[in-house]
Amino acid sequence: MQLTVWTYEGPPHVGAMRVATAMKNVHYVLHAPQGDTYADLLFTMIERRDRRPPVTYTTFQARDLGADTAALFKTALAEAYERFRPQALLVGASCTAELIQDDPAGLAKALGLPVPVVPIELPSYQRKENWGAAETFYQLVRNLAAPAAAQGKRSDALNARPSCNLLGPTALGFRHRDDVTEVTRLLDLIGVDVHVVAPLNAEPADLARLGAADFNVVLYPEVADLAARWLERTFGQPAVRTVPIGVGATRAFIAEVASLAGADASRLSEQPDSRLPWYSRSVDSTYLTGKRVFVFGDATHAIAAARIAAEEFGFTVVGLGSYSREQARDVRAAAQRLELEALITDDYLEVEAKIAELEPELVLGTQMERHIAKRLGIPCAVISAPVHVQDFPARYSPQMGFEGANVLFDTWVHPLMMGLEEHLLGMFREDFEFADGAAPSHLGHAKASAAEDAPAETAVAQALQDSDVIWALEAESELRKIPFFVRGKARRNTEHFAAAQGIQTITLETLYDAKAHFGR
Amino acid sequence: MTAIPQPLPGAQSGCHSAPVLRERGQREVFCGLTGIVWLHRKIQDAFFLVVGSRTCAHLIQSAAGVMIFAEPRFATAIIEERDLAGLADANEELDRVVARLLERRPDIKVLFLIGSCPSEVIKLDLSRAAERLSQRYLPQVRVLNYSGSGIETTFTQGEDACLASLVPELPSTVDPSLMVVGTLADVVEDQFRRMFDAMGIGAVGFLPPRSSSELPPVGPNTRYLLAQPFLGDTARALESRGATRIPALFPLGAEGTSQWLQAAAAAFGVDPVLFECVVGPACARARKAVARYRPALEGRRIFFFPDSQLEPPLARFLARELGMQPVEVGTPFLHREHLAPELALLPAETRLSEGQDVERQLDRCHAADPDLVVCGLGLANPLEAEGLATKWSIELVFSPIQGFEQAGDLAELFHRPLERRARLEV
Repeated sequence: MQLTVWTYEGPPHVGAMRVATAMKNVHYVLHAPQGDTYADLLFTMIERRDRRPPVTYTTFQARDLGADTAALFKTALAEAYERFRPQALLVGASCTAELIQDDPAGLAKALGLPVPVVPIELPSYQRKENWGAAETFYQLVRNLAAPAAAQGKRSDALNARPSCNLLGPTALGFRHRDDVTEVTRLLDLIGVDVHVVAPLNAEPADLARLGAADFNVVLYPEVADLAARWLERTFGQPAVRTVPIGVGATRAFIAEVASLAGADASRLSEQPDSRLPWYSRSVDSTYLTGKRVFVFGDATHAIAAARIAAEEFGFTVVGLGSYSREQARDVRAAAQRLELEALITDDYLEVEAKIAELEPELVLGTQMERHIAKRLGIPCAVISAPVHVQDFPARYSPQMGFEGANVLFDTWVHPLMMGLEEHLLGMFREDFEFADGAAPSHLGHAKASAAEDAPAETAVAQALQDSDVIWALEAESELRKIPFFVRGKARRNTEHFAAAQGIQTITLETLYDAKAHFGR
Repeated sequence: MTAIPQPLPGAQSGCHSAPVLRERGQREVFCGLTGIVWLHRKIQDAFFLVVGSRTCAHLIQSAAGVMIFAEPRFATAIIEERDLAGLADANEELDRVVARLLERRPDIKVLFLIGSCPSEVIKLDLSRAAERLSQRYLPQVRVLNYSGSGIETTFTQGEDACLASLVPELPSTVDPSLMVVGTLADVVEDQFRRMFDAMGIGAVGFLPPRSSSELPPVGPNTRYLLAQPFLGDTARALESRGATRIPALFPLGAEGTSQWLQAAAAAFGVDPVLFECVVGPACARARKAVARYRPALEGRRIFFFPDSQLEPPLARFLARELGMQPVEVGTPFLHREHLAPELALLPAETRLSEGQDVERQLDRCHAADPDLVVCGLGLANPLEAEGLATKWSIELVFSPIQGFEQAGDLAELFHRPLERRARLEV
């Protein structure tokens, strides 16, 4: 048993729902008890969908368990087909139905419905949401992609441009809607047509014609990698695996696509509307240099964010982690490149402890880390699912491509204190209006965080007790003149320094010796 | 003003003998685990540990529509593959999880182990686990258990199961006392307590209490008043300890609240003059606050999807105090005895439905084309997109709506969706 306060991912059947809900003319019949219908509100409320997810729940109760839950499933399936007339059906079980072993696949087969019925088996007690989405998408592709389509590539036609499929965007995905638009535009500039986008807005008939594209673009490996590998094996379609998040990755993506498509895209790498490179080089951004950043999210977004933070913002990444165990190897490799050890966990409390320990100046995380950061008084920007209603902005707001990089620049810089403001705060600490923990002035009336009460400082105080180092009154009061958002770091550095030098009492001299020793 | 309520003219028979449409099918409702969302805030030294699956954890996290990020006093012990292999190990695992939890939260005095669909299907005996753990942790922590599983409970029935599990723990008394049963917002509880005190009713207890050290005593001279309509099991448990129920309307709206208070006053022999003196001004204030919304709501047709079992008393309030016409009143479960006074006051033509087949009910809703639909969060936006005005039912569970001072707020909740539509020009 795992003690869980908050969970990053839902159960695997929610992943299946994300695929079914993204698609058109698909219906999912889920063997499930009353209560599992809560998942509908994720789509209708968080994503503000104007239609119910295409899911029928059998809703068995305790009294049905001794009777015939299998019959209940058959009735629900037959009625759902009659009512919704989908082009294809998905059938499966949620966690409780998995235990009663009614075999939805066999029951569905016995009904002999006139449309493809794709059984989805999701081990609820081992796997989670993204795995469920990947497995569902894979089973749909495997069952519906027609070999005939692969016989004649669409680009074989006279003067036809090369084409690709965009794989992975789902319902309830982090900015998937806008990423698809941005990447489609980018591909068009390269001279590549998008043949099918799936699962988002695709119908079963679209999956049937997947094979006619020249190659696949794996936008979200968490969802699409399994299906892309099968398409590669079966239809010989190569896959583009560079995820175009950030300027560098977008350039690499363009090069990879261009080489597969035999296009010349050299002039595309310098887009006039790509503003991140200049904004980052602008002297205004000097204050971003070496800011200590903690990154956590799904594997795709966390890996991308860590690279962008280091290479495109000039931050120092002090921690990198992910809840995506299936992609742990990639995250570990990315962490190693930054000389870090990756934190692979789905335990929210462990992530919280890590952030408190590292005392970063900026957190790039999920909605969970946003709340951790709020408690600790650290600025934070959200980079990844699990999604919140705020992650579906009304405006165009992709993460991918050049426009995505522009969005990242704005989003990550916004929560920070501006350069000169930070300096003034440092110079005139005793101005009565510079309350300790004052929020950046452009964030308006945001409450001053109680940095002194934050566990980060408590943890430090604890460490202090353990280390037997004493602060002289004068040094302690000098420390308070340092702005709160770097004070923890200064305190910790000074104590490390004192301990290493065998100093019992930290004086003014020790404080400044330590400052000289560590630099900024 | 506070006399026994009379049925509406032309609706002499009320709804109490009308046939009820009973349906089975897909239910668009929460399971009983959802009650944790408010119970863990109400009982401040209690912790709620669900023994269930990742689905259970995800449900509670999502149920309120937003994540609640104050350090929660609830968690899920997620059953994993290896726990399914052997129940002996599952018990050991549970003990380990509880030990870790209580170490982290030394402030906890009561721990509820809450059964879920998977824990019940694999027959993990949480009552024995609670006994075992109580022996280990008493007197610091009392460990209790109840089921919030979807195969047994619908939404608010989780609170019923929780309170029923508390009843054996209540101290005994032979003194006459009044017990108010069902979670109320703290502000509402304080208002009622002031009124009972002013009437001189004497010892008044509330179940659930704000702290486990304030469990109200119960005995043969205890009379209890239900503040919520979904407490069948709790009522039975209280009666097994000798308490007797005071039948009443539920305290929604001016009429419901005054009749609810009056039932208690009559049971405790409060002088009618004193009662009028205590209740009269607040009741008049409530009527005034409600009346403001009557012009906008009168004659409007309202359709209730089943959610919390609050639907019949809400429909009674809307029909009698605001002149709305309930077309269909759906409830997950209809407790005929506890709701008898309510049903008697519903317009005779109201269609009552119990249980749910959501597809058929949506068909009926479309056919009826009501002015306002009360439904869960899974249905609200899709119905809005079709052009129907909706009111989220969950707000009626998470807001202070009982009592005189909240009667106007309750009316406003139904007025707001219509008001919003009137304002918007996009």
